[in-house]
Amino acid sequence: MASNNEKMSFQEKTETNVWLLVATLAVGLTVAGIVEIVPLFYLPQTMDAGLTEEEDNVRPYTALELEGRDIYIREGCYTCHSQMIRPFRDEKERYGHYSIAAESKYDHPFQWGSKRTGPDLARVGGKYSDEWHFQHMMCPKCVVPDSVMPNYPWLADAVVDHSMTAKKMSALSMVGVPYTEADMAGAADAVKGKTEMEAMIAYLQVLGTMVNFQEGKDYRK
Amino acid sequence: MSAITTDDKTYNFDVVRAFTICAVVYLVVGALVGVYIASELAWPVLNFDSPYITFGRLRPLHTNAVIFAFGGCTLMATSFYVVQRTCHVRVWSDKMAWFVFWGWNLVIVLAVITLPLGMTSGKEYAELEWWIDIIIAVVWLAYMFNFIMTLAIRKTSHIYVANWFFLGMMIMITYLHVGNSLAIPVDFTKSYSMFPGVQDAMIQWWYGHNAVGYFLTAGFLGIMYYFIPKQAGLPIFSYRLSVLHFWALMFGYAWLGAHHLQYTALPDWTGSLGAAVSIAMIIPSWGGALNGLLTLSGAWHKLRDDYILRFLIISLAFYAMSTFEGPVMSVKTVNALSHYTDWTVGHVHSGALGWVAMVSIGAIYHMVERMWNTKMYSTTLVSAHFWLATIGAVIYICAMWVSGIMQGLMWRATDDYGNLTYTFVESVAAMHPFYAMRAIGGMIFLLGAVIMLYNIVMTVRGAEKQPSMATAKA
Repeated sequence: MASNNEKMSFQEKTETNVWLLVATLAVGLTVAGIVEIVPLFYLPQTMDAGLTEEEDNVRPYTALELEGRDIYIREGCYTCHSQMIRPFRDEKERYGHYSIAAESKYDHPFQWGSKRTGPDLARVGGKYSDEWHFQHMMCPKCVVPDSVMPNYPWLADAVVDHSMTAKKMSALSMVGVPYTEADMAGAADAVKGKTEMEAMIAYLQVLGTMVNFQEGKDYRK
Repeated sequence: MSAITTDDKTYNFDVVRAFTICAVVYLVVGALVGVYIASELAWPVLNFDSPYITFGRLRPLHTNAVIFAFGGCTLMATSFYVVQRTCHVRVWSDKMAWFVFWGWNLVIVLAVITLPLGMTSGKEYAELEWWIDIIIAVVWLAYMFNFIMTLAIRKTSHIYVANWFFLGMMIMITYLHVGNSLAIPVDFTKSYSMFPGVQDAMIQWWYGHNAVGYFLTAGFLGIMYYFIPKQAGLPIFSYRLSVLHFWALMFGYAWLGAHHLQYTALPDWTGSLGAAVSIAMIIPSWGGALNGLLTLSGAWHKLRDDYILRFLIISLAFYAMSTFEGPVMSVKTVNALSHYTDWTVGHVHSGALGWVAMVSIGAIYHMVERMWNTKMYSTTLVSAHFWLATIGAVIYICAMWVSGIMQGLMWRATDDYGNLTYTFVESVAAMHPFYAMRAIGGMIFLLGAVIMLYNIVMTVRGAEKQPSMATAKA
């Protein structure tokens, strides 16, 4: 303990003054977050992979795809499936071209996942037929005998709640997804009467199909 | 719950007792859900074609139950216990402490209802919907405010080291929870994260890894710094080391989240920065582990018959192991293999079962004996719990090491012609024995937790039947 004629160290001040300890922590704990997160919002190379107009067909999800995506989130598919292909040879062979930032720019929240109990789905779009997906979701083991995926039979019976779709689009437009008035006006009709299974398949079939990658071009600098 | 220790006149131990009992109950519940979902992966028929109990919906319930219900109640019990004892004052506001108790339990009940219904924000470890997030924020701020005010009215000259760690945890969790939960609501069942793709990913893993770094590490180091010296009856090994440990951990841990996004579409500099700081974090982490372990210098014989101390000490062995494993896994070449595999799951559980749960269990046994002014109903059962927890955790971790590294190797294997050797589903089939082994490891750990609950219930019953020392004296 510091005696009266000895100067108190900063450490000792923080140990004897709770407000100083709180203030030091409150400032210090923000540093890393600011350094790692803030630049991602303004550094142009974060999002820009040098896509030409011909390559870049990234668009907001259609009404049905959006409903499908929300079912994907609701069922916790991200707990077993990633949507982020890394630039490795085996991943290219297995899943296709590595993912780039622009492909998930309209994803709120992102669904990159952290675990592959099942395969990556970032480019599953167009890989199988709609009928395959239907059979697979009803009974994965009937299609892939060693699969450990649960059956999702209720998706075939449940009908999408069309009253929500326009509201969802409007919420997404508030955070920067460029949905138009026309998109929202037509949303209810676009999903009316569709089953959750149809919505889910529509979503899966669009995954990874929005960029036309050119062979040999470097999209990550 | 009746007041039965003399300390009750000075301190509010009723709220600590309530949190302690809840923590033990949630440990059993959280581990039970964990064992169930582990079994679903080994034997998928257990999904029973029911939406409410599929893996995808129960997994968030498991993580929320163990981290926020068990971990949260343990932190609240221990921090209120420690801050009162080390400051020699009663908690600043009894009402606010009880508000935190009921508020936190309300959140847990809401999680149990909403997650199986599929109401989720879709962000790992932060699945609860926006309006529950608001309740969490209010309860958390009340918890932090009450804690800071208790420190402010302390009767001791200095703030004890355990409280620094608790305080750092509370401030950082406030930032993380608020930052990562920002969302635009559609209605009560649905909201969308404010941030898109890449930015959302970085914010999510800044949250995700710091939930580990502050909630599950800093907070539980606060527990370590109080309960190991207390249970051993010895002062902490080095004050200087604890100062270094504290500041290095506080400023260092916050950078690590980016290592979860190596090789993704996130700019490369972020992941590299995260990995570089991750490797440097071995130093404060091991410094802290040694600080706890060396507290027993010259008194290692105490481990021979003190099972509560054994829990506390083995937790540091697991802590040292996982804080070595983590930096290794953050190195890009290792991460290329380990990411997306069960190795990550194993790593998390060596931290969760080995470190967090063990140090909590030790602290809870310690507090139960003091707050009910008694000895444990059965030391044989404490010792049985120790071995079940240790063996269960080790089986779990080993199963995941083997399955994780095997997955990584099978996915990247190519034949002489450059074609992939295995289809994905061949790797799934190869996991079956390890998934079964992991479920069994979890069951053994769960059995230990059930024994703990029984032992504590019997201890409390016995203590409340006995005329306490306080009333005997009066």
